[in-house]
Amino acid sequence: MSEHIVSPKLYLLIFLALMVLTGTTVYAATVDLNHYYRGLNVIVALVIAACKALLVVLFFMHAYYSSKRTQLIIVAGVFWLAIMLSLTLGDYASRSWDVH
Amino acid sequence: MHRTGELSGQFQTLEQQKDSATLGMWIFLATEILFFGGLFLTYTINRHTYASMFAEASRTLDLKLGGFNTVVLIGSSLTMAMAVWSAQVGKKKLVTLFLILTLLLGCVFLGVKAIEYKQKFDENHVPGLNFQFEKNADQATNAHAQLFFSLYFGMTGLHALHMVIGAGLLVWLIKQSMAGRFTPQYNTPVENVGLYWHFVDIVWIYLFPLLYLIDRH
Repeated sequence: MSEHIVSPKLYLLIFLALMVLTGTTVYAATVDLNHYYRGLNVIVALVIAACKALLVVLFFMHAYYSSKRTQLIIVAGVFWLAIMLSLTLGDYASRSWDVH
Repeated sequence: MHRTGELSGQFQTLEQQKDSATLGMWIFLATEILFFGGLFLTYTINRHTYASMFAEASRTLDLKLGGFNTVVLIGSSLTMAMAVWSAQVGKKKLVTLFLILTLLLGCVFLGVKAIEYKQKFDENHVPGLNFQFEKNADQATNAHAQLFFSLYFGMTGLHALHMVIGAGLLVWLIKQSMAGRFTPQYNTPVENVGLYWHFVDIVWIYLFPLLYLIDRH
């Protein structure tokens, strides 16, 4: 594995993309998307945040150029988070614990 | 500690040594994902349960300051990435310069955060301290709004704590960088603190829309 050096030009490009996505997410929050589909506002916000996070991980954090083993650790981290979220939310969604 | 980048006994090559350091940093970050993940889970359940109250409470946050801080923090990620690049290509003076810029942007972020916290104190929006969501708010409104603000302070507070630790790490890096320690052969500390800094940036990338941007229409 030889070290890969990311060029400043690419860093700047990623930064600009992140700025555009930040603007988009602020704009999207001011539009009533829930009117078209319930919960669409939060879905759009999370998809944009995921795109931004992916750009940061792949290029600022060099995951795109990392060894397979490092990439596996990253995926595992996200996978554990997914287990925690999905099992807990699955419980909340499917059991009648609601005391409210 | 292989501070100047000589090979430690347990490794065969410098490359392997560096690879192991990066891997270790990522394993630490995987635990950090779960550390913050618990709070995001709590947030999700409560936002779902008290949807309208969360939206109303979210609208009291200052969108301009939050947006400004988002730009500042992503900007600091850019300067951090540039510090790593400078080290990789052996431009020693630029390493120091970009690290100082990153530290400055980090301090701007924390300063703006302090201003926002002060506003919340003045508005009686701090849970447990004479909390009053608005004039003559009933008990249920106050209780549910406090849930939002508890999560707001808990999540942004834990994030700010990470920023303070990151700032400390940057000061340590700047000292070493000024002594000319970082070279194309040895820049693992810059790269690993960089990974940490970008991770903290990613946490904010999620916090910003989830806390500031609930139904702004």
